[in-house]
Amino acid sequence: MPHKTFVWLCLLPLAVVTVAFFVLPMARLVVTGAEGPQGLAGYLAILTEPRYRATLINTVVLATATTVATLVIATIAGMFLQRHRFPGRAVLIAMLTFPLAFPGVVVGFLIILLAGRQGLIGEISNHLFGEKLVFAYSIYGLFLGYLYFSIPRVILTIMAAVQKLDVGLEEAARSLGASPWAVQRDVVLPALGPAFVASGAIAFATAMGAFGTAFTLATNIDVLPMLIYTEFTLAANFATSAALSVGLGIIAWAILALARSFSGGAVAAAG
Amino acid sequence: MNVAAGHGASVRVEACGKTFADGSRALEPATLDIARGETLVLLGPSGCGKTTMLRIIAGLELPDPGGRVLFDGKDMTSVPIEKRNVGMVFQSYALFPNMSVADNIGYGLKIRGMASKERAARVAELVALTNITGLESRRIDQLSGGQRQRVALARAVAIRPGILLLDEPLTALDAALRDRLRGELNRLLRALGITTIYVTHDQSEAMELGDRIVVMQKGTIAQIGTPREIYFQPKNRFVAEFIGAANIIEAPLESGHLVLPGGRQPIGGDASLPAAVAMIRPETIRVVEAGTVPLSGIIDSVSFIGDRQRMVLSGASGKPLTVDAPNTIKARAGERVGLSIAPDAIRLLPPEN
Repeated sequence: MPHKTFVWLCLLPLAVVTVAFFVLPMARLVVTGAEGPQGLAGYLAILTEPRYRATLINTVVLATATTVATLVIATIAGMFLQRHRFPGRAVLIAMLTFPLAFPGVVVGFLIILLAGRQGLIGEISNHLFGEKLVFAYSIYGLFLGYLYFSIPRVILTIMAAVQKLDVGLEEAARSLGASPWAVQRDVVLPALGPAFVASGAIAFATAMGAFGTAFTLATNIDVLPMLIYTEFTLAANFATSAALSVGLGIIAWAILALARSFSGGAVAAAG
Repeated sequence: MNVAAGHGASVRVEACGKTFADGSRALEPATLDIARGETLVLLGPSGCGKTTMLRIIAGLELPDPGGRVLFDGKDMTSVPIEKRNVGMVFQSYALFPNMSVADNIGYGLKIRGMASKERAARVAELVALTNITGLESRRIDQLSGGQRQRVALARAVAIRPGILLLDEPLTALDAALRDRLRGELNRLLRALGITTIYVTHDQSEAMELGDRIVVMQKGTIAQIGTPREIYFQPKNRFVAEFIGAANIIEAPLESGHLVLPGGRQPIGGDASLPAAVAMIRPETIRVVEAGTVPLSGIIDSVSFIGDRQRMVLSGASGKPLTVDAPNTIKARAGERVGLSIAPDAIRLLPPEN
């Protein structure tokens, strides 16, 4: 058997699996999106129909806010954890990365325990101001939940990048007269750029598509995955939910592709 | 080429030691004076404390309590590096990868708030001085090792530092380039006239560049002196063996002569001791016809090096004796030859403890 044929034969199982479980469902999804009463215009409805458009914008804003907040928190924490040795450091890192193991439902549950009607924050605010602060069932609760499971993903990447930083660069900048702030601005942050892009893209894509947390917190939060769920299961509106799915996929994929082109292929689509 | 002249500061390192957090002692308390405009080389094997000394002077490390660093008589011990106005070149060069060559060189000036027009002029001046014309807009990863070294030097000098600190700046380069850049660096340092402290483990670099050399060993200063002093009058065996090639001979002394297996060799200096540790440089030994001088030995091997030939002789001293002879002498292995050594070429070292 010629070598080339052998290689092709070996690739056959992969090809079969890819076609059966990836290409066909995706194609079907795209087709379904155009099979509604409006036809292909169903896709346009994502942008023209006010409710869909608002949800789309909501989701992008939420994912962006999550990404930015995660990057800020994880960079400061990651830099500190990588550069300092103190008792309990290993335990702290383990705890920070612990949420990686939780499904979205558990994260949602935690947010309710924290900021729900019987939550800790509500109790404390009731005690202090005589008013119960409850935000678990809103987009703010969702933001907190996304933050909670985005931080571990980002902090590990940032810590690895900080470890690879050449301390000499910072010393050189200081010898040239740069203040600690200038060193961060001109040397450290640019050097961490690729790590920001890589981990930020993952945080963004995760926040765009996460469903479990939103579903646990409330069924009426206006984010895209919830909208797809209600259109699909409650309204049985297959075409719209398919179109929305494709739209969500394209946006998340575009962000990852953009990030990949910036950071030179360091981003693996994950989440 | 008066781009930075007149900006040199004098440096005094006073009783500076360094103990790291884990308790290890990198540097025993040492005192050093460096004159304005002088080039001082800190020389020693790795782990001898030379880099720690440089980092204390730079302000990247704090000396142990009691130590002080003074620039022009002013106490700088607690002043951080960014306020010390020192130029520093790192072994890894530490060039900013997110900036072009010109932006790297101009970074210190930008931090100092120099107007961009003025800054561009200063950068152009340094680009010309360090022979990197045409590379201004390149990224750092597009430069060769030698070019990076020049950019690092230009960046350090651009801010008109009072003191220039160089940490093994040529070590990362290959041998041929290192030799060429060493000569270039030497001319540049002389032209700039900045007080320079140069760390290296390479003794020929130290010889060529240093006005004075500080030889360091295990966290202490073994000897301070001009290259000639260090070479011809080493204070101990470590210095003698670290700088150049040296024959170290232990032998009894008798009425002003070393008593050796190959004969009696007269020495200069204090010969009242019963025994001596003597250092003889290979090039100070002349190979002559056997019988004409008291000392003789048998040639074990001859290696022709080009500008000279290196012979190893047995039977002269207790152990093999290395001799650098002119390349014109015809000598074969197995031959017995006489060895003529001027008494004042023999340096007596303190006995080992």
